[in-house]
Amino acid sequence: MTIEKRSSAFEYAPAPESRAIVDIAPSYGLFIDGEFTEAVEGKVFKTVSPSTEEVLSEVARAGQADVDRAVKAARKAFGTWSALPGSERAKYLFRIARLIQERSRELAVLETLDNGKPIRETRDTDLPLVAAHFFYYAGWADKLEYAGFGPDPRPLGVAGQVIPWNFPLLMLAWKVAPALAAGNTVVLKPAETTPLSALFFADICRQAGLPKGVVNILPGYGDAGAALVAHPDVDKVAFTGSTAVGKQIARTVAGTKKKLTLELGGKGANIVFDDAPLDQAVEGIVNGIFFNQGQVCCAGSRLLVQESVHDELLDALKRRLSTLRLGDPLDKNTDIGAINSAEQLARITALAEQGEAEGAERWSPECELPESGYWFAPTVFTNVTQAHTIAREEIFGPVLSVLTFRTPDEAVAKANNTPYGLSAGIWTEKGSRILAVANKLRAGVVWSNTFNKFDPTSPFGGYKESGFGREGGRHGLEAYLDVR
Amino acid sequence: MPTTAPTAHALSDVTASDGSLRRFLHGLPGVDAVGLEARAASLGTRSIKTTAKAYAIDLAISMVDLTTLEGADTPGKVRALGAKAVHPDPTDRSAPATAAVCVYPDLVGVAKEAIAAAGGAGKVKVASVATAFPAGRAPLEVKLADVRAAVAAGADEVDMVIDRGAFLAGRYLKVYDEVRAVKEACGTSARLKVIFETGELSTYDNIRRASWLGMLAGADFIKTSTGKVAVNATPANTLLMLEAVRDFRAATGVQVGVKPAGGIRTSKDAVKFLVLVNETAGEGWLDPHWFRFGASSLLNDLLMQRQKLATGRYSGPDYVTVD
Repeated sequence: MTIEKRSSAFEYAPAPESRAIVDIAPSYGLFIDGEFTEAVEGKVFKTVSPSTEEVLSEVARAGQADVDRAVKAARKAFGTWSALPGSERAKYLFRIARLIQERSRELAVLETLDNGKPIRETRDTDLPLVAAHFFYYAGWADKLEYAGFGPDPRPLGVAGQVIPWNFPLLMLAWKVAPALAAGNTVVLKPAETTPLSALFFADICRQAGLPKGVVNILPGYGDAGAALVAHPDVDKVAFTGSTAVGKQIARTVAGTKKKLTLELGGKGANIVFDDAPLDQAVEGIVNGIFFNQGQVCCAGSRLLVQESVHDELLDALKRRLSTLRLGDPLDKNTDIGAINSAEQLARITALAEQGEAEGAERWSPECELPESGYWFAPTVFTNVTQAHTIAREEIFGPVLSVLTFRTPDEAVAKANNTPYGLSAGIWTEKGSRILAVANKLRAGVVWSNTFNKFDPTSPFGGYKESGFGREGGRHGLEAYLDVR
Repeated sequence: MPTTAPTAHALSDVTASDGSLRRFLHGLPGVDAVGLEARAASLGTRSIKTTAKAYAIDLAISMVDLTTLEGADTPGKVRALGAKAVHPDPTDRSAPATAAVCVYPDLVGVAKEAIAAAGGAGKVKVASVATAFPAGRAPLEVKLADVRAAVAAGADEVDMVIDRGAFLAGRYLKVYDEVRAVKEACGTSARLKVIFETGELSTYDNIRRASWLGMLAGADFIKTSTGKVAVNATPANTLLMLEAVRDFRAATGVQVGVKPAGGIRTSKDAVKFLVLVNETAGEGWLDPHWFRFGASSLLNDLLMQRQKLATGRYSGPDYVTVD
């Protein structure tokens, strides 16, 4: 037998992950005081799968009265929960972490369905990190006096937490795990486009026997989030999302006793020097901006490349982008999934059009977009300058803006020339340059010779308009302890 | 990958002296070990099913250099291997032949005859290791005599080892000159595979430099290892060599093959390597002329997987030949 040459010789057959493992109910309630319940006003909303626009479920929509109920439940639970020895709280957190691991395939499929991101990412990145965060903070629960915040640090009380749609379950873990470890109770509002994994998490809390009211989940829209952060009996507000909403929340909270942490937008610079390990830099650029379709607050959306290697690097990058596989997010070989919502797609589309209109050069690999669902091809803009809108505004999509620099000082100046300051990357084989440049970058996270690497032990957070406060690591405990 | 694509002329300057060769090799972009291994691991998660799997298994079989390199090799053993290379599956004549049989120089003649007797003459190549394989610790004249003997006995391909001692001591021109001399001894009749023994070169930077050195000296194939040391072919070192041949072709227009050898035992592994080829060098290398597996036990696993795909059940090791 001779080997048949096809147009593309090695065509990967579809390899879809089975949906059968996850059982999505036709409707879900709010999770308040350990029970699923309808919204007081009886409102509901639909959540759709962004890759197909299929309606997945109908979910109760929280309003002001529900926020009151949930905060009340959390307040009631706070007394006994915070009085538990740390070692007892740790047991619950360890149990939750193990349940997440046991149900990780189910949760990965669910997250992919509700969010649109590839199963490869939910399976290999989101879910392992979710479990790792619970394990990590479980370990802190009985060691708080060694965290560096005094001999007997106390919890704050009720935490009101509002999370985004880009990493629904992971952002929940970042918020809930340290809060519970420190002895707080929580009311969490997931994003309106991705409520399901938080509701499955509610089920896990029940499975773990977590006392009623310690975790309350309120699916809903911005109004519910606003009501939650404004609620007078909330002691701590944690928000991850856009800078615009973050500013509103800061105004709401100003002048109250509430402690606030904000993790907002970004316009991360990925700086490639001429002595970079080029093949790995290309991988890092791809991972920096196309991971989760670029819907990542710390995305490396601005590529700053030393002019002397610009052409070579761009050739290599374009060749690599041509191998990206866009399509069914449940297919195990998919690299690029769907955009989370029609609204987000419209925003990305508008900003990309503006980039073209302002004279930047637009390029995308050949790739066929599915007919239904929300899709955007991986896009690279070259000939971008600091003055272009696409170099200044957060696009939150798979769109890379390429700028050049000549010297390390110029790279630093351009990287810092943004109101944001969340992440940055440095690519060079020269260790001394990594240290010198990292010290000058005004960004909360600086990766060197890698990008978008996360670990529960590492604090994460922003400078400037990217927010304040840190999540993860020992530092992440501070936000949930009374250290005044 | 130098900063600007070098012309053929620029590359001939590269080997003008020990100094220029060293400057060129040390000017190649560095390799970030963590990033390289992460990329190889990530490609390892590709899920190759049904039709794609059938294609990959047949392709892998056709890329095997069926190898025996033991002191205990006998004509009988080599004859069995030759017959198997031509018709790997005794129960299914549609199974593709392997690319080659790989033996020591003194058994080249036996291998040739065995392949011809099985009806595979011209189709299944005979590859011979040479140059004082596997250590390569012999005077150049002895190594060249080894090569000439293999070629005279009819070897279609010669698998040489580089002088790792010279490479690690930074004497790149010596290594280059040796490869050139061996290439010359191969003449036009035998293709030359250059083995770096990546496990002894130890760093990825060294493997990239050795790859370019071998290609500059005229290698037709670059090959990871002898199979005789602790670390042989890995997804990461093979990925790195695939990047090197890709970049070399972009720079010079010359295509060079890649052969991972040693340690690849399962179909699953082989398919992962083919994914590396597909998504790194590209489909131009998805051909036995440009990619090989140096292996012995791999073939039986590929055949069992092939039978499983055809019949829907595992038949077990009693249904493939033990050699």
